[in-house]
Amino acid sequence: MDIVQLRQRHYIDFMKSMHIENYLDDQFTQLQKLADESSPDFVYEVVTLFFQDSEKLIDNLSKALEQPVVDFSQVANHAHQFKGSSSSIGAHRVKNQCVKFRAYCEENNLEGCLNCLQELQQEYIVLKSKFEYLFELEQEILKNGGTIPTMD
Amino acid sequence: MAIKKMEHGDQTLVQDFDPAKMDPAPIRDEYAPVIFCQRTVAHIVSIDMMSGKEDRDNILRARATGKGVLTSPFKLLKSNHLGVVLTFAVYGRQLPPDATPEQRIAATVGYLGASYDLRSLVEKILQQLASKQTIVVNVYDTTNLSAPINMYGTDVIDTGFLHVSSLDFGDPTRNHEMHCRFKNRPSPPWTAILSAGGVLTISLLLSHILHAAINRIVKVEEDCQKMTELKARAEAADVAKSQFLATVSHEIRTPMNGVLGMLQMLMDTDLDADQIDYAQTAHASGKDLISIINEVLDQAKIESGRLELEAVPFDLRNTLDNVVSLFSGKSREKAIELAVYVSSKVPEIVIGDPGRFRQIITNLVGNSVKFTKNKGHIFVSVHLADEVRLPSDMMDEVLRQGLNSSKDGSERNTLSDYAIVDRWKSWANFKQLGGKETPVTSEVIKLLVTVEDTGSGIPQDAQSRIFTPFMQADSSTSRHYGGTGIGLSISKCLVDLMGGEIGFVSEENKGSTFSFTALLMRGQLDSVDPKWHTHETSISELKGLRALVIDKRSTRAEVTRYHLQRLGISADVVSSLHSAFSVITNTSSASTLAPLAMVLIDREVWEKEPVIEMRRLLTDAMSNSSMDRVPKIFLLATSLSPPERSELKSSHLVDDIISKPLRLSVLTGCFHEAFSNGRKRQLNRAKPATLGSLLKGKLILVVDDNAVNRKVAEGALKKYGAIVTCVDSGIAAVNKLDPPHNFDACFMDLQMPKMDGFEATRKIRQKEIEFNGQLDSRESFPNVSCWHTPILAMTADVIQATNEECMKCGMDGYVSKPFEEEQLYSAVACFFKSR
Repeated sequence: MDIVQLRQRHYIDFMKSMHIENYLDDQFTQLQKLADESSPDFVYEVVTLFFQDSEKLIDNLSKALEQPVVDFSQVANHAHQFKGSSSSIGAHRVKNQCVKFRAYCEENNLEGCLNCLQELQQEYIVLKSKFEYLFELEQEILKNGGTIPTMD
Repeated sequence: MAIKKMEHGDQTLVQDFDPAKMDPAPIRDEYAPVIFCQRTVAHIVSIDMMSGKEDRDNILRARATGKGVLTSPFKLLKSNHLGVVLTFAVYGRQLPPDATPEQRIAATVGYLGASYDLRSLVEKILQQLASKQTIVVNVYDTTNLSAPINMYGTDVIDTGFLHVSSLDFGDPTRNHEMHCRFKNRPSPPWTAILSAGGVLTISLLLSHILHAAINRIVKVEEDCQKMTELKARAEAADVAKSQFLATVSHEIRTPMNGVLGMLQMLMDTDLDADQIDYAQTAHASGKDLISIINEVLDQAKIESGRLELEAVPFDLRNTLDNVVSLFSGKSREKAIELAVYVSSKVPEIVIGDPGRFRQIITNLVGNSVKFTKNKGHIFVSVHLADEVRLPSDMMDEVLRQGLNSSKDGSERNTLSDYAIVDRWKSWANFKQLGGKETPVTSEVIKLLVTVEDTGSGIPQDAQSRIFTPFMQADSSTSRHYGGTGIGLSISKCLVDLMGGEIGFVSEENKGSTFSFTALLMRGQLDSVDPKWHTHETSISELKGLRALVIDKRSTRAEVTRYHLQRLGISADVVSSLHSAFSVITNTSSASTLAPLAMVLIDREVWEKEPVIEMRRLLTDAMSNSSMDRVPKIFLLATSLSPPERSELKSSHLVDDIISKPLRLSVLTGCFHEAFSNGRKRQLNRAKPATLGSLLKGKLILVVDDNAVNRKVAEGALKKYGAIVTCVDSGIAAVNKLDPPHNFDACFMDLQMPKMDGFEATRKIRQKEIEFNGQLDSRESFPNVSCWHTPILAMTADVIQATNEECMKCGMDGYVSKPFEEEQLYSAVACFFKSR
């Protein structure tokens, strides 16, 4: 097996594992299908946008929770935003965390929120690193003349 | 005159008393002869008064006492009645009161006597005392108490009451008494007794009646009170029941929606055939359950009187199309001919409650579909109630056919080959069908809607019960046919609320026809949100075209003609392929008539050979005349088996197959494709491709404050060929959608800061209304009669999504975020060309 195939095989396996571990769900697959000749880097663009957006949101969340008087509705709004964007790209675990976060907000449970925020950050960091790895793989495959395999 | 002596013991009778026969008085010392006397006692003249023993005593006593003296009773001379004599002594000189008897005797010069005939005396007195009862009087001399002398009166008869009164004749030495009694015992006073008895009885009876009446009143009042209490309890129970039903139904609906949503999501995942089958069955059952709950809720609402009808303008024909669409699949499955017809006299826009109106018709058609087995037809027709009274030649064709179907023997002139019951019987009992009670204003119209089927009919004994809630024709109905039996009762209530009446006629194994009337108002043409405005572009191409309909059943042909008319296509009807030939050849030569653009052939008259012939004729005609293209041939069929379908397609005899039941959407889709040289129609409905054909080239605005969401939505829509613009706030969206603009649709996120989706939509609608008001759209925008951009909400919480909220602010639907293909398709299909 040549390097491209190897890489491709690896790519598929990695992708599969991300799905199995619920880091990604079906929506991501749909997203991949949207990429075509006119926008080949569609997925990359979306994911990058997601990272930027997420960092901003996490920042907002931590600031909001550091306030002397916490405005839970504001926090809930941020969490909702995050939930929206994560579900749009199919970031399943992140989305679930956001759902939990919102529940804590509704209970006005500060400690719960803080814990959740930590977990959320964790999830996000893990996801980001996985994506970065994925993109590296993609670049390698493309560099070596292969095509990125699609998940079916 | 000689002094005579008184007789003693005179037993002589009166007439025998002859003074002449009396003996002269014996020699004595003194004599007291009667010198003067009354004439009545003339017979005692010259009789010596002292000759009688009593008289003598009497006289001597009188002389001695100086007072009046009475004798004891004795028989008087001549009359022989008992009597007494009163004697007074007359003195020669005045005597002092204390004079001695000797002095008195010495002074006596004479005597004065009076005899009292007691009998006559008493009787005379008695006469004055006469009463009804005979009074018996006894007069006694009671000087000697132990031996009273009876002076007058018969022997004593003791008859009870005795009245004793003393008589004073003036002689103190003697006492007399008078005893009075009734001769007869007083008879019992029957009158008094009877009257008393009568009065007593009457008063007893009266008091009894009174008593009974009072008792009854008291009892009735008690009963009434009990009843009022019970009534209040029953009413409370009823209200409680309605509330309970409403609450429970609502509570059931929420998790039910959850179940359905989940099933939907399940069906979108990877499932094998079995699993899909199970999931679909579960989904269908869930949907049935929800519709039952809705019906129950409706029933509860109606019972508690809280059901209110809306009054919005809507397109009647559109609504009927929707109903037909609902049942198109089912009717096709059962090979039942389903058709709808609206008379040209019914206005385009009416004001009423479209949802409830549709509900009634859906219920009736649903019943018809349920109870019609694999044959015959279901025909929905709408007319003005007044049309029924028009003379036959002014009536529209459908109505005339319907009314005459059983009269002129050609029973088979119905929609399908099957006989139907007389439709006029279903409204025969309506009190208000047209006639004097039609309302005065011209704004109010009364519609007559008839749903006729050739199903199994309703058995005679069940017919009286069918409008009762929860009753079905017989106990096995729900088992065989499903349903709860509320539909008709709800329909009846809704019809009543609409000021109409509902009735039916049914014969077992022949069919049933239900009819109802409803009062609606005429509406203005531009008042409705024309969801079909996007159709105008396609419709405008078809306006003015001519069509030829070949169908041997005139009612069915009328239905086809009606639908064509809605598109602005005028249609001629012939009943057979052969007669069509002559029409084609004639019209091609007549150049004044508009060219024939299409021929619609019903499957029933379809024969391969004549159609081939026709195609040839048409091609010839085209070349002969000014037609720029060959008229298209369409086949109208309810259901075709796949082999038939593919055979027809491959033979290229027809340009397309139009599936019945006919609806505007079906026809426009077909025609548009046929006449605009569009892309090839795919028979197998792969959804993405269809979605693509819907969205291709459309200008879509995506509104979301989140960059990721925007990007994903844009990508998804671009995939289907849409041209997407993104904005990140509600305010920007309002600006972009300020008419006039070029966008075909908008996807709007609901939760955005500063201005959320609801508010943005409201503002956009506001601007549209203003714009429509100012614009004379006919000039500048020939294809669009008024602005209404379809706005769809994007929401992450589909299960909790409140459809009502979205509708209220003017949205046209909602899709989930992230997009799901099927949902997107069904939401968008309303606005863009649909099949």
